[in-house]
Amino acid sequence: MATLAASTDQRFGLARHVRLPGAFALDGGATLDGIEIAYETYGTLDADKGNAVLICHALTGDQHVASIHPRTGKPGWWTRMVGAGKPIDPARHFIICANVLGSCMGSSGPATIDPKTGQPYAMAFPVITLRDMARAQALLLDHLEVPVLAAAVGGSMGGMQVLEWAATFPRRVRSAVVIASAARHSAQNIAFHEVGRQAIMADPNWQRGDYYGTGAAPAAGLAVARMAAHITYLSEAAMHDKFGRKLQDRGQVGFGFDADFQVESYLRHQGISFVDRFDANSYLYITRAMDYFDLAQEHGGRLANAFRGSATRFCIASFDTDWLYPTSESRAIVHALNAAGCAVSFVELTAPFGHDSFLLEVPELFGMIDGFLRAGAP
Amino acid sequence: MNLRPDLALIAEHVVPGSRALDIGCGDGDLMAVLRKAHVDVRGLELDPANVALAVARGLSVVQGDADADLAYYPDDAFDYAILSQTLQTARRPDQVLAELLRIGRRAFVSFPNFAYWRVRWGLMWGGRMPVTKALPVSWYETQDIHHLTIDDFRALVAESGIRVEDAWFLRGSKRIGTAAANLLAEHAVFLLKRD
Repeated sequence: MATLAASTDQRFGLARHVRLPGAFALDGGATLDGIEIAYETYGTLDADKGNAVLICHALTGDQHVASIHPRTGKPGWWTRMVGAGKPIDPARHFIICANVLGSCMGSSGPATIDPKTGQPYAMAFPVITLRDMARAQALLLDHLEVPVLAAAVGGSMGGMQVLEWAATFPRRVRSAVVIASAARHSAQNIAFHEVGRQAIMADPNWQRGDYYGTGAAPAAGLAVARMAAHITYLSEAAMHDKFGRKLQDRGQVGFGFDADFQVESYLRHQGISFVDRFDANSYLYITRAMDYFDLAQEHGGRLANAFRGSATRFCIASFDTDWLYPTSESRAIVHALNAAGCAVSFVELTAPFGHDSFLLEVPELFGMIDGFLRAGAP
Repeated sequence: MNLRPDLALIAEHVVPGSRALDIGCGDGDLMAVLRKAHVDVRGLELDPANVALAVARGLSVVQGDADADLAYYPDDAFDYAILSQTLQTARRPDQVLAELLRIGRRAFVSFPNFAYWRVRWGLMWGGRMPVTKALPVSWYETQDIHHLTIDDFRALVAESGIRVEDAWFLRGSKRIGTAAANLLAEHAVFLLKRD
């Protein structure tokens, strides 16, 4: 199998960044005058360009899927899935992971400078959708001269982007892997996101979004948003097993409001470490994009219409302890795919970790994805 | 691969190039054979571990329940719906049969025959629910909730206006004749068609 060496093409590799010129029309009606996309690629593109795999990240994820994160120094967020001997293997696949539109790790978002004003967009950044994110990724693939994806793969919000990919560009995706995700955001999902957004906007340092360069950012609000969200990523049982009612560095409760319980100190730590790597306005925009997501509504109210006539193979997986995107949401996707006559596989996996299971050690998930991707390889 | 005798029989009679849904497909043994024969085959299976194994083999299998999930498949979606050794576990076998012939133009149905002489013998002389090769599990732990005989099945399809296109009878892995099949067959495989 002939391959192009990655080193000969500056577009390929880690920590890449591209400005894609031209008007980028958004679902919301606004237009961005060119967009920037930060991305990474791993492995080499086959001569026939048939081995490209797009990985779509979740709400607060980024392009560092299997490389060291520049701000935290930690390994990539999906090294269990991506790497030598893993289901998505740079020895076989040309792996692309891009920071989504609206985010803060190098792609166009509210912290980006608005060329019209010379100032960061802040809340003047237009509201975006999951489909806008997928369209931006499609432009990146055009830039990389990748016509067709062997697979698009993602969990949680990443899975929603994969669904958008399959619906919007059916001929560009041969296989689609959607893990712990949904075809629409439920009222409960929207409610949790609203709690987070209100926490950010109630922080006096938010300054209606114009906090860039002021030396003050809504860190407390963003940390609270992350704490609330983090609870939704775990299962009750996992939290109980990990923390129970155990106290933090003390023998008895302190009759005050310090972090008496280990679970409190854990959540505070999750909140505080998050603000070092994420922008509060990006959190507002991306959660909004997720809340607006409703693939059925985009296709005349019938989810099956989104997939009709598609030759894409689908693999859908949910987890029995995930109450944020419960199995019923995955089943709705499966039923729609059946109704559309698509080739679909689905399983509800048993895992103790709640929604976060897609990021953690669930061997059955890896076996399944590995087999599914190998079976689709030409 | 050594296919279970009823599955081997079904595999022999599915026309290459057709579309089939294997309901209760286990870890995909029959599907793998059908795929080699260029059948566009999909599966439905209750046990998640089996689904994961089948998907890891590259098969398209959905975790679900024949009682509840067949309703989500459109009319005439398949040339064949295959239900092997699952009818006796269905809550409403009559409704499952109707679903099979709604989503498939033809249906293969295989089941253990409760009128097999060894079963009769055990019940008659032992006075206890029989445990045989075809019914290997004690009454309290079996998933079978609707035991049936070949004659019961013939009566049901006749009442339902379903045509029997073909039928095969097995004792162990050996094919036996139609005569006295209700007494002598451990297993039956029927090929049904809408009338």
